[in-house]
Amino acid sequence: MSVSVKDVEHIAKLARLRLTDDEKIEYTGQLNNILEYMEKLNELDTDNVSPLTHPMEKENVFREDIVKESLNRDKALKNAPKSNDEHFLVPRVIKGSGK
Amino acid sequence: MNYGIDLRNYEAVIGLEVHAQLSTDTKIFCGCSTKFGNPANSNVCPVCLGHPGVLPVLNKKVVEYSVMMGMATGSRINENSIFARKNYFYPDLPKGYQISQFELPICEDGVIKISTEERGAKEIRIKRIHMEEDAGKSIHDRGYDTHVDVNRCGVPLIEIVSEPDISSPEEAYEYLTKLKQILLYLDICDGNMEEGSLRCDANISIRPVGQKELGTRTEVKNMNSFRNVEKAIRFEIERQTELVDDGGKVVQETLLWNADLNEAFPMRGKEESHDYRYFPDPDLVKVVVDEKWKEGLKERLPELPAEKMEKFVNVYNLPEYDASILTLELEVAKYFEECVKYTKDTKSVSNWVMTEILKYLNENKVSIAQFPATPENLAKLVNLINDRTISGKIAKDIFPEMIQGGKSPEVIVKEKNLVQISDDSVLEPVIDEIIATSEKEVKTYLAGKEKAIGALVGKAMKATKGKANPQMVNKLLKEKLEAMKTA
Repeated sequence: MSVSVKDVEHIAKLARLRLTDDEKIEYTGQLNNILEYMEKLNELDTDNVSPLTHPMEKENVFREDIVKESLNRDKALKNAPKSNDEHFLVPRVIKGSGK
Repeated sequence: MNYGIDLRNYEAVIGLEVHAQLSTDTKIFCGCSTKFGNPANSNVCPVCLGHPGVLPVLNKKVVEYSVMMGMATGSRINENSIFARKNYFYPDLPKGYQISQFELPICEDGVIKISTEERGAKEIRIKRIHMEEDAGKSIHDRGYDTHVDVNRCGVPLIEIVSEPDISSPEEAYEYLTKLKQILLYLDICDGNMEEGSLRCDANISIRPVGQKELGTRTEVKNMNSFRNVEKAIRFEIERQTELVDDGGKVVQETLLWNADLNEAFPMRGKEESHDYRYFPDPDLVKVVVDEKWKEGLKERLPELPAEKMEKFVNVYNLPEYDASILTLELEVAKYFEECVKYTKDTKSVSNWVMTEILKYLNENKVSIAQFPATPENLAKLVNLINDRTISGKIAKDIFPEMIQGGKSPEVIVKEKNLVQISDDSVLEPVIDEIIATSEKEVKTYLAGKEKAIGALVGKAMKATKGKANPQMVNKLLKEKLEAMKTA
C-alpha cells in the first residue's frame, strides 16, 4: 500500500493544513516510508494474536458519578480569540436549513 | 395507509439511530454537572473544553447504564470494549474529535419487538449500542457570529443503532415508543425530546418491491418529537418515490427536517464528506465487563415493559388492550399495582385509571406522581361500588372531590350522606310516586315494550339524587309493573 500526492492533499484538507507543493511531495515520500515499514510488519503471521488496543496493560479505570466544581465562566472564556460574556464566538458556520 | 402517491411498486427501508442522554449527575469523562438549563458555559472544565494535556476518566455509571440497556434489549454484552476518536472539525466540538466507540462497542445484536395495526408483530434488530460524548450547542441566530455553548460537551450518550428492518413511518414511531419505554423503565434516560435527551436520525431508502439490493439512502435529522420523525420519514419516502418515478436518482445526502414547513431540506455548510478517520483513543484504557459485574447489573434490572405487560394480562386478568395502556408508563403501572393491593376487582381499577385518571392527567398536564388521590383511596372507591354502598353514578360524582381534597371516599360518602339506598321501605314510596306520575311510560311497558323501564329507573335515580340502588329500583319497578299487568 502506498499514498499518492492526491491522498496527501485529501488528508491535509481534512486536517485543515495548507501545504506547499514541495511539502506535498516531501510528505508523500515520508508517509510512504512509514507505510513500507508497516508492510514489513505485515509479513509476520498474527493470526493467533489478538489486536492490542492499548500499550498499557491496564483496564477499567473509572471515576464515580460525583459532581466536581466547574470552572467559572470568565476563566473558561478567557483564552478564546473572541467571546461575549456568555459564549464563545466563531465565524458563522451554517446558512440555515434551506429556508 | 394513504401516502398521497402510489407506493405499491416500492418499499421503504428505514434504519434509526437514536441518541439517548444517560441520566447521570456528571459528564462521561469529567466531574462537570450535566444539569440542563444552567447558564451557558458554566458546566465546563479543562477536560470538556478540550484543553491540551488533560486526561478523560470514564464515569462508571455510564458503563453500567449502557450494559443495562443492552440486557434489556437482549443484546450481547461485549466483554472487551474500547473507545475511539471520531475526527471532524466543528466549533461545538472543542477537541476536534468526539470520543465514541467504533470497533468493539459495548453491546451488539439486540432486538426490540414492535406491533403495528397495519403490519402486525415484528422484530426490529439492534445492530449496536455504544457509549459516546455529546457535542456542545451552536446558536446561529444571534447576529453574524455563531455562538457556542460548551455545557453539553461531554454529556454521556448511548447511540442505539437499528438494522434497516423498519418498513413504514408507523413502525418507526412504534419502535421509538418501545425504545423510550425501556429507557424510562430502566430509569437511565428522562426521554425528554424537547430538551434533547432523546434524539433520532433516520436513514431512509426505497427500492422496487422484490428487489434485494438497497437503494441509495438519505439521512434525515433534526426531528424533535416522535410525530415529527414519523412525518419526516413519510415526507422522505414520498420525495424519493416521486423522484425515482420521474426518472431521477436519489443522491446520498443529509437533510434537515423543518417542522414548521413540514419539509426536509438538504443540509449545507457542514462538512459533507464522512471521513472520520476513527482510531482507538490512546487516552482511555479498555473496558472489561466480566461475568461477575454482569450478574450484579442483571440483578439491578427492574421488571421490563414486556414482562410487566405479561403480568398484567396473566396475573391481573386484564385484556391486552388495558395492559398495554397501563404499562406504557412505569409510574402508571406502579399506581395500578398499588391499587390492586387493596381490591380484587382489577378490571374496575383498570377502567378508572384508563378513563378518569388518564383524562385528568392529560387535561392538567401532570404526571401520575402528582395525582392527588392515593391508590388506596381509588381501590376503596371501587370496593364501595362493589359492596353496593354507593352507586357508580355517585362514585363518579365524588371522584373530583377525592382529587381536590385528597379525602378518602368513605369520609366523603359519610359527610354527604351518599350511602346508596337499598331499603325497600324507603324506595317503595318513591317508586309508587313515579308509577303514578308516568302514565305514558307505564302504558308503553304494559303494552309489552319492556325497555320503557329504563326511563322509569332514570326517574327514580333522579328523585333520589343518584343514591338509589339501581338494581333494587329495577327489581321493585318490575314487580309492581308486572303486578299491574295481571291486575
